[in-house]
Amino acid sequence: MVIHHSQGDTLSPTLEDALALGLTRAEYELVCEKQGRAPNQVELAMYSLLWSEHCAYKHSKKLLRSLPTEGEHVVMGPGENAGAVDVGGGLVCAFKVESHNHPSAVEPFQGAATGVGGILRDIFAIGARPIAVLDSLRFGEPTAPDALDERAARVRYLLEGAVSGIGHYGNSIGVPTVGGEVYFEGPYEQNCLVNAMALGLAERDGLVRSAAEGPGNVVVLFGASTGRDGIGGASVLASAELGGEGAEDKRPTVQVGDPFEEKKLLECSLELLSRGLLVSLQDLGAAGLTSSASEMASKGEVGIDIDVARVPLREADMEPFEVMVSESQERMLCVVEPSNVAAVLELCEKWEVGGAAIGTVTDTGRMRVLREGELVGDMPVRALVDDCPLYDLQPRESSEPLYPPPAATLAAEATPGQALLALLSSPNLCSRRPLFERYDSIVQSRTVRRPEQADAAVLALPDGSALAVSIDCNGRRVAADPYTGTIEAVLECAANLACVGAQPLGTTNNLNFGNPEKPHIAWQLTEAVRGLGEACRALEAPIVGGNVSLYNEGASGPIYPTPVIGMVGRLPDARMAGRMGFARAGDAIALVGAFAPSIAASELAKLRGEALPDGLPAIDVEAVRATQAAVREAVGSCALSSAHDVAEGGLAVALAECCLVGGIGAEVTLSASPATALVALFGEASGGFLLSGERSELLELGGRVPLELIGTVGSDALTISLTSDTADGGGTGEVLRIDLADMGAAHAALGKLFGSGGRDE
Amino acid sequence: MKFGVLQFPGSCDEVDALEAARRVGDAELIWHGERDLKGADAIVVPGGFSYGDYLRAGAIARFSPAMESVIDFAGEGGLVLGICNGFQVLCEAHLLPGALLPNENLHFTSRQVEVEVLSGGGAFTRACGPVTHPPQRLSIPAKHAWGRYYAESETLAAMDGSGQLVLRYAPGENFNGSLHDIAGVCNEQGNVFGLMPHPEHAVDELMGGSADGLRIFESMRMTVEGATR
Repeated sequence: MVIHHSQGDTLSPTLEDALALGLTRAEYELVCEKQGRAPNQVELAMYSLLWSEHCAYKHSKKLLRSLPTEGEHVVMGPGENAGAVDVGGGLVCAFKVESHNHPSAVEPFQGAATGVGGILRDIFAIGARPIAVLDSLRFGEPTAPDALDERAARVRYLLEGAVSGIGHYGNSIGVPTVGGEVYFEGPYEQNCLVNAMALGLAERDGLVRSAAEGPGNVVVLFGASTGRDGIGGASVLASAELGGEGAEDKRPTVQVGDPFEEKKLLECSLELLSRGLLVSLQDLGAAGLTSSASEMASKGEVGIDIDVARVPLREADMEPFEVMVSESQERMLCVVEPSNVAAVLELCEKWEVGGAAIGTVTDTGRMRVLREGELVGDMPVRALVDDCPLYDLQPRESSEPLYPPPAATLAAEATPGQALLALLSSPNLCSRRPLFERYDSIVQSRTVRRPEQADAAVLALPDGSALAVSIDCNGRRVAADPYTGTIEAVLECAANLACVGAQPLGTTNNLNFGNPEKPHIAWQLTEAVRGLGEACRALEAPIVGGNVSLYNEGASGPIYPTPVIGMVGRLPDARMAGRMGFARAGDAIALVGAFAPSIAASELAKLRGEALPDGLPAIDVEAVRATQAAVREAVGSCALSSAHDVAEGGLAVALAECCLVGGIGAEVTLSASPATALVALFGEASGGFLLSGERSELLELGGRVPLELIGTVGSDALTISLTSDTADGGGTGEVLRIDLADMGAAHAALGKLFGSGGRDE
Repeated sequence: MKFGVLQFPGSCDEVDALEAARRVGDAELIWHGERDLKGADAIVVPGGFSYGDYLRAGAIARFSPAMESVIDFAGEGGLVLGICNGFQVLCEAHLLPGALLPNENLHFTSRQVEVEVLSGGGAFTRACGPVTHPPQRLSIPAKHAWGRYYAESETLAAMDGSGQLVLRYAPGENFNGSLHDIAGVCNEQGNVFGLMPHPEHAVDELMGGSADGLRIFESMRMTVEGATR
């Protein structure tokens, strides 16, 4: 069939246009070959988006194939809108993490809000009701010696905007934000990270896939109308490095979210599914109709015709290519049997969301775009979706340090007490209360453990069991050693689950890295994925879905490699969920696990301004796994008063956190000489847990895993003494004693950086 | 005893309220577009963002068909409980005096709070037992961006005189800046009650460690059943 060009579109796009849209010369030539001619404007726009890094994963797809994706609990693996695991009682938990980094760097409030909207649509697109959101955020340093420092002020603006945006969307749509994490590190200054994870619940046989089926079936677009917002978002924003000057110019490509519209869309989608009216369902995210229609057609091995004249528009006179690539939010696409179309549109009317039949499933294997019947684009689905060239990475470890050492903020001669207070008040370790108080963490009445009550969020299930969920990644440690650091991130999530008594079921991940075309970034990515696969295999926590965000770098260099890990687990009895805080005066305190800490790449090393080490100590993953199992079982049998894993800031910070959350002090004695005191107090490593409870219960646990009784809960201060086995024993005794009130004041430091003023601050 | 829980397209806590009400009686959702209150003995206007609340919290919801029926129902002495957004809707509908302004900190804030039970609003607090000095406390979560209760001083004085002040934030707990630490008020007749904290989120000790909110629903059951007995 001959393509008719509309008036004003008589000039066919050229190679230069293709390059400007982000395709390479070779890719453009391949497009011409697949088309058998030069693509017209509509076709080029669609190819450029679907062949972008964001949609095609062209630098990561080969690597991702090495990851474990199958396991006894997996119900839906990668490739669908979200993965899902069986949680018993006929229910599955759908979950996924996704990034919205580049939009958030341009406009943090809307960038973060639409990030939440997008991940929620992924969850209900497979037929699950969203039940929780978690966030994982990275920013530059929020403080500077000069209080008026503009760079630190911009960091605080981004933090404020992102947290407000997440809260605005999640709170308004009635999905609780139950957990999250935030780190502040120099390398994120020009590229903040905003990752959002969502969980949903569905009946096992209520899941729906996105494959379009049945030639003759009708394609219905429902939800918000389509405007010019977000045009080019995928290729222009997500697949290019952000320039320092260009950020303002890119603002129109950031989408604007409307949680009320999405709330209606959510309820409408779930009611359409529960009434059995849909053949398949897909959300519209990056690249809008282009991506959702093409992917539905590709998965179903069918063709789709779409008539852009039938798409309800927000703005008049939109060109066909604009309709096809618009990233207007809060829209879904579904395939419906012709006899059900009227019922579908009626339900859309009930929920007051727009609905329109815009196309048809065909047996042509082609994605065809029409305008009032006139063909304006015609492409093989396979070429669009599957034939984007995949690239091999060229990994090579950098011989030079990639990251400058952080500025020192703690004097080398600081006492242990001063160091502990400095750590507790440092941006990375201080209490997140000012942030999570912006989020509704309890709506839907499932939240058994709220933020700061336990290491993982716990959500009750109808059968009396519970889900536990954690999200984590320490990018600085991944930067020091991408392989080991990634294993640590996976183990950290599993440790958090163990502390509430939960066994891992599955994992999701968001690989945030710099430009993969650079050999040292390719090396970070390759090593991280290797560690990710090994750790998930060892824990039997397969990866059911995820996201990749590359090109996170600017003029001052790449971000720390940040493979954000989200892990979902289950505990048999919600009432037994563990708590973090010390609970009872007189309880014994134990340090459990083969814990061999070091100062290298620790939070203390950062405060002292030390450069990153070249590599981290190797981890005995099996030993850590055995410790986690023992902790999980002890928590599950209700034998403990509290459980907390030793993470950033080491044992002293973990002790302080247990004291602060529980509102009670502790007296602790550690075996260490003055020479090893700092390592014992502030060293970091995987595999250590801090438990409290009856002495006899703890000693029983000691028969299974390494365990050392180190102190007793009580008083209104944290006191730590050292005892040495060495001959002289000199310099031991009490090394720090800090009142709860002083620790609490230090821990509240974030309030001074955040939320002290109005929305427009 | 049957509760009717209104459901707007942007309601968020309607199922939580429904389940909380079901702990003490029957309960059913009532769609915002319907006028039929389905024979409910008491109405709950739940939390959330009714119609998106982009204009002003509750400003549009008060004109919904279901709310028009609720206004009539309240006029006939029926019990109406408004929680959070429901409180805002009841103020917009002039079923309750005063207004809810943006929190003093201008942010959505979510926090477990202690509230004191005052002498007013017995229809909604009788299950808390007799009013004591110092007052009894309930531990209930609050979560909102527009929760700063405001009324003119003459109105407040009149409300105080006629026993319309029902709940007060305990010292140090008033994070939104409400006048006189007011957390919940009732109308002059005592059959319409609005509060910013969420009693439906404090009905099971498993979730958050307090079941104090259940007493509000229990009180409503006692009031309805006492009246029909």
